[in-house]
Amino acid sequence: MDGFMMDIIKGMCIMDNDGNRILAKYYDKNILSTLKEQKAFEKNLFNKTHRSNTEIIMLDGLTCVYKSNVDLFFYVMGNAYENELILLSVLNCLYDSISLILKKNVEKRLVLDNLEIIMLAFDEICDGGMILDADPSSVVKRVDLRNDDIPIAEQTVAQVLQSAREQLKWSILK
Amino acid sequence: MGSFRREKDEEEDGPTNAYQNLEKTSVLQETRTFNETPVNARKCIHILTKILYLINQGEQLVAREATDCFFAMTKLFQSKDVVLRRMVYLGIKELSSIAEDVIIVTSSLTKDMTGKEDLYRAAAIRALCSITDHTMLQAVERYMKQCIVDKNAAVSCAALVSSLRLANTAGDVVKRWANEAQEALNSDNIMVQYHALGLLYHIRKADRLAVSKLVNKLTRGSLKSPYAVCMLIRIACKLIEEEDIPAEELADSPLYTFIESCLRHKSEMVIYEAAHAIVNMKNVNPRLLSPAFSILQLFCSSVKATLRFAAVRTLNKVAMTHPAAVTTCNLDLEGLITDTNRSVATLAITTLLKTGAESSVERLMKQISTFVAEISDEFKVVVVHAICALCAKYPRKHTVLMNFLSGMLREEGGLEYKTSIVDTIITIIEENVDAKESGLSHLCEFIEDCEHVSLAVRILHLLGKEGPFAATPSKYIRFIYNRVILESPIVRAAAVTALAQFGASCPALLANILVLLGRCQMDLDDEVRDRATYYLTILNSAKPELYKNYIIERENCSLALLEKALTDHLNGDLQNHFDISIVPKAAIVKPEITNDVMMVTSAPRAPKITREEESAARLAQLPGIQVLGPIHRSTAPIQLTESETEYTVQCIKHIFAQHVVFQFDCLNTLAEQFLENVRVELTLPEGYTARAVIPCPKLAYNELQTTFVIVEFPPDASSSIATFGATLRFVVKDCDPNTGEPDSDEGYDDEYMLEDLDITVADQIQKTKKNNFQVAWDAADSEEWLQAEDTFVLSAVNNLQDAVNTIIKLLGLGAANLSEKVHEGTHLHTVLCSGTFRGGVEVLVRAKLALSEGVTLNLTVRSTDQDVAELITAAIG
Repeated sequence: MDGFMMDIIKGMCIMDNDGNRILAKYYDKNILSTLKEQKAFEKNLFNKTHRSNTEIIMLDGLTCVYKSNVDLFFYVMGNAYENELILLSVLNCLYDSISLILKKNVEKRLVLDNLEIIMLAFDEICDGGMILDADPSSVVKRVDLRNDDIPIAEQTVAQVLQSAREQLKWSILK
Repeated sequence: MGSFRREKDEEEDGPTNAYQNLEKTSVLQETRTFNETPVNARKCIHILTKILYLINQGEQLVAREATDCFFAMTKLFQSKDVVLRRMVYLGIKELSSIAEDVIIVTSSLTKDMTGKEDLYRAAAIRALCSITDHTMLQAVERYMKQCIVDKNAAVSCAALVSSLRLANTAGDVVKRWANEAQEALNSDNIMVQYHALGLLYHIRKADRLAVSKLVNKLTRGSLKSPYAVCMLIRIACKLIEEEDIPAEELADSPLYTFIESCLRHKSEMVIYEAAHAIVNMKNVNPRLLSPAFSILQLFCSSVKATLRFAAVRTLNKVAMTHPAAVTTCNLDLEGLITDTNRSVATLAITTLLKTGAESSVERLMKQISTFVAEISDEFKVVVVHAICALCAKYPRKHTVLMNFLSGMLREEGGLEYKTSIVDTIITIIEENVDAKESGLSHLCEFIEDCEHVSLAVRILHLLGKEGPFAATPSKYIRFIYNRVILESPIVRAAAVTALAQFGASCPALLANILVLLGRCQMDLDDEVRDRATYYLTILNSAKPELYKNYIIERENCSLALLEKALTDHLNGDLQNHFDISIVPKAAIVKPEITNDVMMVTSAPRAPKITREEESAARLAQLPGIQVLGPIHRSTAPIQLTESETEYTVQCIKHIFAQHVVFQFDCLNTLAEQFLENVRVELTLPEGYTARAVIPCPKLAYNELQTTFVIVEFPPDASSSIATFGATLRFVVKDCDPNTGEPDSDEGYDDEYMLEDLDITVADQIQKTKKNNFQVAWDAADSEEWLQAEDTFVLSAVNNLQDAVNTIIKLLGLGAANLSEKVHEGTHLHTVLCSGTFRGGVEVLVRAKLALSEGVTLNLTVRSTDQDVAELITAAIG
């Protein structure tokens, strides 16, 4: 617990139900710094967690809290002495934010469809190991900047309109 | 069915997953789209996402690719699309470490950071700080200060977090923002509070008084953020530890009162942090502990697995320091043995084992036996380790534990699990004489049906070592000879060696052993036949001396050092014969004992190497080191300075046959100084001759560099015990603390006094462990060996165990036949120990102790060198 007390999160990761990485970020230069180590760790982590849904595990000196839904696994890692409840709060924030972004349909296909927003959410929750925000609604407010509340069928129309408006604007500016 | 599933898979992954089978070059090609005007935001977002996805999957971009991509990205600043802009920031952050000339976007980012759009500002600050270096920070300093106190929480957070990042590289600039951070601390937003506290603490952490003021102020006020409170608890703990407040005063300390009050906080996170902090405090009495333990106890029965885990892990960690308090939670812990989370269950078991009373061992074992069958191997290993610790604590319970272990041994399990059990049984046998017979017979049964070659070999070796001294050695012969009939060549060879041990140590069995070994000569395998012939020849010679040197006490050289010595020999003058006795014996490397049971590690452990092997590699780089011959011993590092001084120096003594190499590891802790030509000057005692000084040319701030001094021992061993005065000498150049570059070429000489160094007897002795001391001792009663004897009264110690420990430590010898352990309640004890003095001089010591007023010691030393023998007797007096 010594050293830089703000660097709490050592890594965050989303995997699919085959253990493939969808998104993963490791924040500590000294922990799992190479891709090979990361992949090995993830494989191990997945093998140990995908069958038993038990929230928490210690692996290779890291405390990992996790959560799964349909075909996705969410992980947040901290060092062995970290307050597990802080890590859990970050995991909950990650999951709830994504759930809000995807309107409760947390599954792989939708995550990939909205990957850019999910990436932004990752970035808003944790900045290089420091917890930037742990409140899902405020995270979502900052990252979900698409046109909301429009049924899918009509959304394309709205987008067409918007891009038309933009094109018009550009032609006037020229 | 199969085909249907495949179809379904394709349907799921095929068209919808745009991120499968992405190819780096083609995606980077697509960045051309960024140059189009007007910018097609949707398309560009998609391309950027693909690039970031690739990087996230571990794809490496080279500098040129990254730079091209980065520059293409800068075009996207034209677009007003919010998501696109945010993705650009993300891209800048990802690429900033690889691409060149990233500072080109500074002005665009500064514009966004100071602009009106709040959605841009926060993210722009963070992106900007990822590309800013020390020199450019001055330019944006004004904006940063404004942003820290911005009323938009996101902007303020971003500025604070970025400041914390920058504080590592540009500490002095960030220090000037303390006032703004202080203001931000008063914010209503919980995250702003947290980050402001983080920054303020970081700025002030070097100044204990300022930190203490900060904490005192905040503990009275009410921080709203649970994260900030957690952090404050940690800071408060650190202060308590630094001030070293004794337990009686702790209750009155405002810091403790604050932490204690956090036990009633509304956030579980804070409650746990406080409880965890209290139970981990150094000076704390049971009264102060009890509220914290009640909290942990409560958490043990929580529905949330994480809470249970947190509680039981904390209990496990402090089980050794506060066993009595942990025992109060035993009932709850027993409830957790059947927890669905196996980590929780295992932790609960090991905690119970750590704290269990002697009377409850049987009951616990019964509970565990049902549990053990259900858990995976890695958890079983943890349980086995806990049992091992328990057995060391209650040696009398060895029968119960041994039976339990042998039961586990019979069940299914992988190599690692079986190895840990065998290790445990061997440890028990070695530490507890009473457990020896039953332990050996359990192991014998195990090898009857053991699929792991490495384990069978180890057990056979152990049987060879311990079996001949058991009550009825003959009963082990059958087990060993069965291996010769049934097993693979490796095991057969080990069994032959074990048989020979019996032949050498038990004259009564010799005739039978000779017959068995004769049969082994018909073996199909070369190695087995060779061994059988070798041992037969020696045993037929009927010379006890040969038995001793070639069967019973075969000491192994350290292989790494043997290899080095052989290489040196081949490079040198081949006229001389190679002398194996100068190669240090392989020392037993004690595995690091970690109190933390944290388990489930799959990472391969670093191979264990001895200090000597480590330093041999290091010293090999020194010019002329070969002349000194192979290394005899390296001592543990000793500090020659206080820990928090301008320069810290530690010394390792490498002992050679006639020389000692002092290795000084120096650390410069002054940022504004650059040291050159750093060396240590020693004041040599009489008899010692300086041979070489190898200075360290440059020592920059916070770097660990090494300088060496080579000194030759005096010709007679008796004057080798001496004290050296030491001074660190160097040339100081002032330098810019940020760049580390010296300001000018001019420097001045300076020196720094170090603490004195000693060369002791123990430094010069490498400990050895004789399997059978008595044989070696009797064999040393001959012409070549010399004996010295003396009697002392040790007045400083008043019990036998302390006296034994002192003698072994003082002489640096290894004790044989468990003689380092004094049985309780005796007044007489004999310690048998042995070692090798530098130059390959063997030393055997028998120390007879008697307890009366003080401790009376009769010391007999046998050695091949008169000087050495006298030196050792003199060392005690």
